[in-house]
Amino acid sequence: MEFLANLAVGFEHALSAQNLAFCFMGVLVGTMVGVLPGLGPLPTIAMLLPVTFGVPPTAALIMLAGIYYGAQYGGSTTAILLNLPGEASSVVTAIDGHQMALKGKAGLALFTAAVGSFFAGTVATFLIAGFAPSLAEFALRFGPAEYFSLMVLGLAASVALAHGSVLKAVAMVVLGLLLGTVGEDIYTGAARFAFGMEQLVDGFNFVAIAMGVFGVGEIVRNLENKRVGTTIQSRVLDLVPTWEELKSTVAPILRGTALGSVLGVLPGGGAILASFAAYSLERRIAKEPQRFGKGAIEGVASPESANNAGAQTSFIPMLTLGIPSNPVMALMVGALLINGIVPGPNLMTQRPELFWGVIASMWIGNLMLLILNLPLISIWVKFMSIPYRVLYPGIVAVCCIGVFSLGNNSFDVYVMAAFGMLGYVLVKLDCEPAPLLLGFVIGRLLEEHLRRAMLLSRGDPSVFVDVNNHPISAVLIVVSVVALVLVCLPTIGKKREEAFRE
Amino acid sequence: MVLAAQEAAGIFAAIGEGERRMSFSIKSPKDFWCGLLLLAVAAIFSAGLLGLPIGTAFRMGPGYFPMVLTILLAGLGAAILINGLRVEGAPVGNIPLRALFLIASPIVFFGLTVRGLGLVLSLSITVLATTFAARDWNPVMAISTTLALVIGCIAIFVLGLGLPLSLFGPWAGGY
Repeated sequence: MEFLANLAVGFEHALSAQNLAFCFMGVLVGTMVGVLPGLGPLPTIAMLLPVTFGVPPTAALIMLAGIYYGAQYGGSTTAILLNLPGEASSVVTAIDGHQMALKGKAGLALFTAAVGSFFAGTVATFLIAGFAPSLAEFALRFGPAEYFSLMVLGLAASVALAHGSVLKAVAMVVLGLLLGTVGEDIYTGAARFAFGMEQLVDGFNFVAIAMGVFGVGEIVRNLENKRVGTTIQSRVLDLVPTWEELKSTVAPILRGTALGSVLGVLPGGGAILASFAAYSLERRIAKEPQRFGKGAIEGVASPESANNAGAQTSFIPMLTLGIPSNPVMALMVGALLINGIVPGPNLMTQRPELFWGVIASMWIGNLMLLILNLPLISIWVKFMSIPYRVLYPGIVAVCCIGVFSLGNNSFDVYVMAAFGMLGYVLVKLDCEPAPLLLGFVIGRLLEEHLRRAMLLSRGDPSVFVDVNNHPISAVLIVVSVVALVLVCLPTIGKKREEAFRE
Repeated sequence: MVLAAQEAAGIFAAIGEGERRMSFSIKSPKDFWCGLLLLAVAAIFSAGLLGLPIGTAFRMGPGYFPMVLTILLAGLGAAILINGLRVEGAPVGNIPLRALFLIASPIVFFGLTVRGLGLVLSLSITVLATTFAARDWNPVMAISTTLALVIGCIAIFVLGLGLPLSLFGPWAGGY
């Protein structure tokens, strides 16, 4: 019953007028950026970080969370109607969703996506409330060795899940870690890699790098490929499905929710991975797999549920362990740190109103999204007619103002421009920037725990795989190694490529 | 430290040779340039490592962790580069230098002038400059986009959110 009492505390805070307003703002902005192709939740959250300076931390986190899961709803709208995934996690929804729309079933596809997302969001909310406390309690026993190994697992997972060459993905992680070491050393205060530049003593600003790679770099990439979208003229309004159709979506929604919830918790996981995995699962277990790609409703129901569940459960490792499992969570950590709150196992006991308030707000936010999305869908569709040539100068403007006002510092603006170009070049060379960003974020923590663990073990690296004294760490390291070995094996490597191509 | 420098120097020598012998056989340009880029970054970081105390595995100095990473990065860069010489791969494709320049340079301009010129002028010029990156540029569109965006940004960020940005800086007669 403690579970219910905790949730009650959460709802009490989440339902305050201020938090409700911020929650609404978050899901509204989230839906908007989800609908707009070429603008995802990551740059949006990065852009809005400066906005949260003057806001209480609970309200800030509620809003930023709303943007993340709100974007999962919005992304499916464009994917289904225009075959333009507004968001990376909606890529697979576009495959069958758009086919359904072409067959005049746009309303059904949108309804399924929204209801599936809402159901998944509800389940994920309760999962977080149920599991987070025990995980936090467990994490209290973690020492530096366990934290180090956990982060290694996160980085290994991000490598295993990256597209393309494993070597390049590892290189991106290492590059990210290395960029993270720039700046003052935590123990000695020595300025590392500053090359005489005063601004580099503080290191690179994470938001500047994130906005450069994902905001600015993305613009150049979008300008390069001329986007073509086929607008659907079919009636969107007939949303309510028949009983038969409704029944056929129940099982895929349940499977998508379960899979998404699990994959969201994994380090390196999140909404994108969840939706891809759910789509392949549906295809594999379908009785007539040839229907996929031609408008199979399972291909919409399952990934859409999965991405929303994954978006929400990825908060679990961030809130309970203080470890961001993906770049969006890294920004959330940033937002908390700005307010002087260190996420970790103690967050729940020290700031219960924040912890439970954010969780409860997710369910409220999902309800708002259901209301925002289904009846107002025609308004969102209009949003898509904003031409990109109007949109991208706006993104540049907001990025400039946002990064500059982080610290009233022009240097951050230059860093953003430089990383925008680097990010573009890396994508051109088939290197994914997401592992780089994760490496950058985790770099400092990883080094700190590594150095602490090595001090405690008197320089003996076997501490990380010591089964007797550090069984958790040993298991985590073994899992990481197995994951990396598996993706390097040729047969699995091929399967992985196939999975991503789908 | 010396170790890292030696390692890097060794790898670079090897690449130099490789290039001379196989300069006409870049089989996968994407891998080749990626490897080269990573090696260049590793070289910059090895230069930065000079003078940082390394310490021991027991008591790691500020240079220990970065040194390990630099060696790793150099190794990975070399492996990817060698891959590019051995395995067939796709070409890099066109780099849209125009778009890159027309997006990056206005951002730098904003950084240089936002204090001096103030938000209104600095942002207007920045936004107007970025509109040229689009393929179908026309003056009406560009100017109306700029006006709408600058007014919108000032309304949201300065009036709405109260960010401390001066609208007109000292160069523009403000303060």
